[in-house]
Amino acid sequence: MKRAAFGHIGFPILLLLPQLVIIAIFFYWPAAYAVQSSFYAQDMFGFTSTFVGAENYTRLIDSTNYINALNFTVIFTVLVTFFSLGIALLLAVKADKVIRGAKTYRTLLMWVYAIAPPVAGLIGVMLFDQSRGNITQLLAFFGYEYRLGVNYWDTASAMIVVSVWKQIPVNFIFFLSGLQAIPQSVREAAMIDNRSGTSRFWDITFPLLAPTGFFLLIINITYSLFDTFGIIDTIVKGEPGNNPLTLVYRVYVDGFRGGDLGGSSAQSVVLMVLVLILTIVQFRFLERRIHYT
Amino acid sequence: MADITETRVTATPVARPRKRIRWDHVADHAILIAGALLMLVPVYMVFATSSWDAITVHREGMQFGFSDQLGTNYDAALFEYGGFTDSVNGVTMLANSLILGLGFAIGKIVVGMMAAYAIVYFRLKFATLAFWMIFTTLLLPLEVRILPSYEIITSITVFGLYENGMGNSYAGLIIPLIASATATFFFRQFFLSVPEELIEAARIDGAGPVKFFIDILVPLSRTMIAAMFIIMFVFGWNQYLWPTLITTDESLFTLVRGIRQIVQSYADGSETPDYGQAAALAIIAMTPPVLIVVFFQSWFVKGLTESDK
Repeated sequence: MKRAAFGHIGFPILLLLPQLVIIAIFFYWPAAYAVQSSFYAQDMFGFTSTFVGAENYTRLIDSTNYINALNFTVIFTVLVTFFSLGIALLLAVKADKVIRGAKTYRTLLMWVYAIAPPVAGLIGVMLFDQSRGNITQLLAFFGYEYRLGVNYWDTASAMIVVSVWKQIPVNFIFFLSGLQAIPQSVREAAMIDNRSGTSRFWDITFPLLAPTGFFLLIINITYSLFDTFGIIDTIVKGEPGNNPLTLVYRVYVDGFRGGDLGGSSAQSVVLMVLVLILTIVQFRFLERRIHYT
Repeated sequence: MADITETRVTATPVARPRKRIRWDHVADHAILIAGALLMLVPVYMVFATSSWDAITVHREGMQFGFSDQLGTNYDAALFEYGGFTDSVNGVTMLANSLILGLGFAIGKIVVGMMAAYAIVYFRLKFATLAFWMIFTTLLLPLEVRILPSYEIITSITVFGLYENGMGNSYAGLIIPLIASATATFFFRQFFLSVPEELIEAARIDGAGPVKFFIDILVPLSRTMIAAMFIIMFVFGWNQYLWPTLITTDESLFTLVRGIRQIVQSYADGSETPDYGQAAALAIIAMTPPVLIVVFFQSWFVKGLTESDK
């Protein structure tokens, strides 16, 4: 709040009203409804619902489908985060270093940001298609029979490759702006002290990039958890079957395909708790970072 | 003899760094070119494929070269009516995507700026409470609470305006997506960084809250608004899960929603999907956001790196 703030009462409330009404109806109400329905079970037709306590949650723990999705989500998140961060960091360090064509490279490496996840997924489907995909044919040439939608890990690898591809631009943009924020004086001092580019990177640049990296770590975990929905949905072609699925996709499948409001809501609540933990970690870190700079 | 070796020693340091730096540069450029190709080639292949007839693509997969079906495919993707009810074509979807992108971006900026102005520039008792209520929405993405949101929004009837709930309406499509406070938070940060003297001077000159907002704060935020607009437009245009659920009426489909239809015709396998046309639609779906990001790059980067923190 500003020191010389206005003293009016009615006007600011009027200003806040649209935002508050929208979040009350479209955020707090559904969130509360999710928590509530996670303790109820609906009958087949959705006419009656009975209180079942924590049964929806215990059912999750016992469900092999859910545990499989959990395991896959962890593997998926780790791999997507690792590769998209790694490749983006390498590219950002190089893009920061070169002088000739720097702007062109920057554009060429960031524009994929604007492509929607399902469009990226469609490209993936066409590249990895079981019979006519170009990458499938390339792998067949090397003697590997790639079967998208049939072999669990073949499908998983297509999801991971497309998700990494789609996420590289965001990481690249943040790493590059992090690198460009390193003061020239620090760079010059490092140049004098240390002539080897590699060790200069690990001793100076990498620690200075750590705040950006940590922030991106959280961003990438949330991306892998939520924003890859469109990619996964297109790659499994809307048919879950025996394909690898993430937790968010299960919320959707159980809720909309299975018609299981209680089970789906319980999964929503589990995800909410997960996101809250992630956010708390992020904020604790951000606090430290403010002291840092 | 000794002299000669001496000159050699002094000569090499001059020559060697030059050569080493050169190779360094070649490697840097090679890595960057490889990265750029990794981004470009898949999309280029989609573009090339959009110029082929369905049968060739069905037999051989995506193409690298161009054929003569480019016009036919784009014409079909844009103007041929499809879907179960034959009520949607590419132009309709393009218009719906535009409405979603613009409605989302403008709605979010207007609502967010107003709320941020109220929080930062007024002595409100519950400003902190309001801020935290708004801020909490940043934590939980729509995907997490998707089914309850769907149930509630399809059952809402606003003063009898929506007989069957807000499903299959632009309002039901756009407003629930606005229910997260990224823009509010972004503008709050910016308003806090605006010098205190401005409002002091404005108040001495007798400006009221409305005049100060419209004549001083909004013009001052122009760059911020542009940056936010680009991010939000692309975000809205690219929405997938929510439009998929909320619009079952095909005349409300967006381009990104239309992609799902293509993929499902793939899965059915009943007839040969029109691959060339599908590729054309994918290109149409990605062109507007890509152009915006490329042409307004500096604003886009500014908006992205400053809003997410």
